Amino acid sequence: MSTEAAIDRIKEYVTATIGGQLFGLPIQRVQDVFTPERVTRVPLAPPEIAGVLNLRGRIVTLIDMRDRLGLERRDGGTTMAIGVESAGESYGLLIDAVGEVLKLDDAGREANPINLDPRLARVSSGIHRLDGQLLMLVDVDRVLDIGTKSIAA
Amino acid sequence: MDDLLREFVTETNESLDVVDVELVRFEQDPNNAKILDNIFRLVHTIKGTCGFLNLPRLEALAHAAETLMGKFRDGQSVTSEAVTLVLATIDRIKMILGSLDREQCEPEGTDDDLIGELHHMVAKLTASPVVKLKVGEPEVTVGTLVPQVLERPLFPGEVSLDELERVFRETPANPRPAPKPEVVKSESIKPEAAKTDTAKPVMGKLAATEAFDDGGKNGQSIRVTVDTLEHLMTMVSELVLTRNQLLEIVRRHEDSEFKTPLQRLSNVTAELQEGVMKTRMQPIGNAWQKFPRIVRDLSNELGKQIDLEMVGAETELDRQVLDLIKDPLTHMVRNSADHGLESPEQRRIAGKPPNGRIRLSAYHEGGHIIIQVADDGRGLDTERIKANAVAQGLVAEADVEKLSESQIHKFIFAAGFSTAATVTNVSGRGVGMDVVRNNIDQIGGTIDVKSVAGVGLSFTIKIPLTLAIVAALIVEAGGDRFAIPKLSVIELVRARSGSEHRIERIKNTTVLRLREKLLPLARLSELLGGKAAGDVESGFIVVTQVGGQIFGIVVDKVFHTEEIVVKPMSSKLRHITMFSGNTILGDGSVIMIIDPNGAAQAIGSSITSQVGAHEAAQAVSAATTEQSTSLLMFRAGSSELKAVPLSLITRLEEIDARKIEMSNGRHMVQYRGHLMPLITMNDAVNIKGEGAQSLLVVSDGARSMALVVDEIVDIVEDRLDIQVVSDNAGVIGSAIIKGQATEIIDIGHFLPLAFADWFRRKEQPQQARTVLLIDDSPFFRDMLTPVLQAAGYAVTTASSGMEALALLNQGRSFDVAITDTEMPGMDGFAFAAAVRAEARTADLPIIALSSAVSADAIERGRKVGFHDYVAKFDRQGLIAALKEQTDVGRAA
Repeated sequence: MSTEAAIDRIKEYVTATIGGQLFGLPIQRVQDVFTPERVTRVPLAPPEIAGVLNLRGRIVTLIDMRDRLGLERRDGGTTMAIGVESAGESYGLLIDAVGEVLKLDDAGREANPINLDPRLARVSSGIHRLDGQLLMLVDVDRVLDIGTKSIAA
Repeated sequence: MDDLLREFVTETNESLDVVDVELVRFEQDPNNAKILDNIFRLVHTIKGTCGFLNLPRLEALAHAAETLMGKFRDGQSVTSEAVTLVLATIDRIKMILGSLDREQCEPEGTDDDLIGELHHMVAKLTASPVVKLKVGEPEVTVGTLVPQVLERPLFPGEVSLDELERVFRETPANPRPAPKPEVVKSESIKPEAAKTDTAKPVMGKLAATEAFDDGGKNGQSIRVTVDTLEHLMTMVSELVLTRNQLLEIVRRHEDSEFKTPLQRLSNVTAELQEGVMKTRMQPIGNAWQKFPRIVRDLSNELGKQIDLEMVGAETELDRQVLDLIKDPLTHMVRNSADHGLESPEQRRIAGKPPNGRIRLSAYHEGGHIIIQVADDGRGLDTERIKANAVAQGLVAEADVEKLSESQIHKFIFAAGFSTAATVTNVSGRGVGMDVVRNNIDQIGGTIDVKSVAGVGLSFTIKIPLTLAIVAALIVEAGGDRFAIPKLSVIELVRARSGSEHRIERIKNTTVLRLREKLLPLARLSELLGGKAAGDVESGFIVVTQVGGQIFGIVVDKVFHTEEIVVKPMSSKLRHITMFSGNTILGDGSVIMIIDPNGAAQAIGSSITSQVGAHEAAQAVSAATTEQSTSLLMFRAGSSELKAVPLSLITRLEEIDARKIEMSNGRHMVQYRGHLMPLITMNDAVNIKGEGAQSLLVVSDGARSMALVVDEIVDIVEDRLDIQVVSDNAGVIGSAIIKGQATEIIDIGHFLPLAFADWFRRKEQPQQARTVLLIDDSPFFRDMLTPVLQAAGYAVTTASSGMEALALLNQGRSFDVAITDTEMPGMDGFAFAAAVRAEARTADLPIIALSSAVSADAIERGRKVGFHDYVAKFDRQGLIAALKEQTDVGRAA
């Protein structure tokens, strides 16, 4: 295999911890990382939508990743948000903490285990084995696909 | 691109748009010196600048056009042909400008064709008055006005001899030079002025206005790119956030010396933000500017006479929205002119005025911007659309007959439908309406079509607040702040027990007694899915109107009003009907904007859902097409439920039984300074001796009577379908309301029991005016008949448009007709059209009754000849409308 092909396979991920689990988001989808402040609750909204806020003049919709991934609800503590964009709209994915940027060879990516919790499986595009822990790759588009609740929520 | 050139291109484009409009106006009003003056000046400026920037093609064109217009200014008669030529020249100039914009230089090619024609026209115009002038004072101008013909075409920028001559002769006409040439001018003009009476005022005014304009022209506006504005907007938002952080810090240190300067910074920031927000708004007239020209060209081309009417051009829109609706609107105007309006000949045959009319209007309504494009042409060809819809497989042949006319008309918006050549040519409508609809969908708007065959067609575009700036009331409910668009807010009421405006509870429904009306109330926090918290009476009531529906939204606090820029809801939240968008407030926080339409729906359904198990009732009533009605449920004299439409009752009262007095053998109570008789519905009803006595009060003017009831049970929303008609006086019949058999009480029966002259009082006419009441619903006929009788009218009823027409055709005459708009078979619109079509009945005033009074229904109604439009339950409105119509009838 040529070196170029190998370089092509290298992908960069921004890591984040949510409920103790390590997740990786493709770096080209990440706009920024911010601390959410002055969040406005939206009545009647789906439970995974934590609210909206004003980030430099744009209205950002916050998605509670714990709720989205079926993890237990957060009780206090600091939160961070990863800013992503989709179809011209801004979203913030609420996470517990942001980690580092990892370069990973796509060849090392493994498919989701079949017994993975369906709520995790529906947003994950695969798994990387790191030293001592697993990194779950997050498919941002599937995270944002909220309207359709076909899988047990 | 060179800055100078860029500025020239934008400025010239704008000038040309104005010239377009002005020329069309000028053509219709050739004696208006002001318009000509304006055009002349604009073209002159373009010419001058072109010379300066070395743009020979443009200069030559502008120059030739100016020459021709100079002839108009000299008092030559204005021909449509000449105006067309000037317009064509302007189009060419625009074309060249377009390529200047792209390539920064003039495109290759020549304009000799146009310049030649322009010169030719000048020669023609110059030649014609020569003949005339000879009659009067031949010697003065004859020598100079002979057209000079060049053997070769002029080079761009070159000046014909004619022109040179003209320049020499007209130089004195320039108002700026010293007064000496001025004298020459007035001398030289004299002979002509004697001939053409318009010439003199033209010249005189010209000098005056030009001088004036030059004085006032020193630009009050500058040009800024949109990007700059957007950037400014973002920066201001940042500034606001930073200010807020500072405020927060200062708050923690009580005696900070920063406090005062920060307060100033805060105020300045707020003003700055407001200012920047306002820069985004533009009047819709900007998008309409091109229409007079388009309509003028089309009317020439098609040989039709078309009047273009534009109303509400000052309505402001976000410029983004404005850009997006420009094309769809142009398309619709073209369609109307091209296909909608008939030829003058056809119009004459149809008995219409020869001039077709296209009407554009724009206004704000209920937090939306409504734009209408209406024409008085032939309307849509329903049969043709039907056939095409079936042919294209949009609807099964078996189903198409079940569709109403308006449902069929909606097919013109179906994708690909209108592009079918057959539709375009034969039915003539709907070219690319699917594209129009797509454009409007994109900005979250809706489009609707109303068409009456032979009468006209109107499109109504409704664009939501999205992207626009609106004034909103900022309120708090359940700890969160919300914005309510001020456009739909009628008033704010603070309700406390004992005050004039009282909140009453009927089982689980709260209503506000506001003056003469009972309004349903709902807490905002409950509408938004929250728990019922606090007492209704501690809050504020935002009285809100949506269409004909008025209701109160109860909020905890009211802050202030603020101009907000509406931002669309995130696509993940757009399904929530309670919100029409969100906005960033001055303090940087995001809040939701309440959609009054959504709130109205939610209030309607919350009243219904409180009643509980009513599926059975719904199943029964689903078979009927009745609109649901608010009904007051009560008991009187027996355990059976009784009901009466809430709209017929003026007030609900609970009085101390001890206040009931006996007078002349009747029970009375002193009420608002009058004696109010109490009526029992049947002998089984006992008027209480002590405690609280519930009353249903019916008022008409200063008179009131009260029905004594044992207990008020509830207010429910349900369809009213009288199943068993009653023989008992005072009972219309029985219906199933919320799953229970309920007696529907005939209020009209009891009114004369209270005042024997209830039906015969007031300005009783010598001879009762006659009313023809048309409604397919027996309930409404029964309900309205006593109401109308009470107002002194003799009522004849008909259950359908056909039946009513039959009555009219038998020679029965009525002072006024009242018709429901929605009826099976012949609906109210068709009935009105039929009445209008018959010479004998054409003058019959018709009042339309509708459960849905929308702006476009009113517009449509006006077209078919409804004299008035009244909401179905607006009893007082109906009486007022009747009085007005019959009075007019008498007077005539």
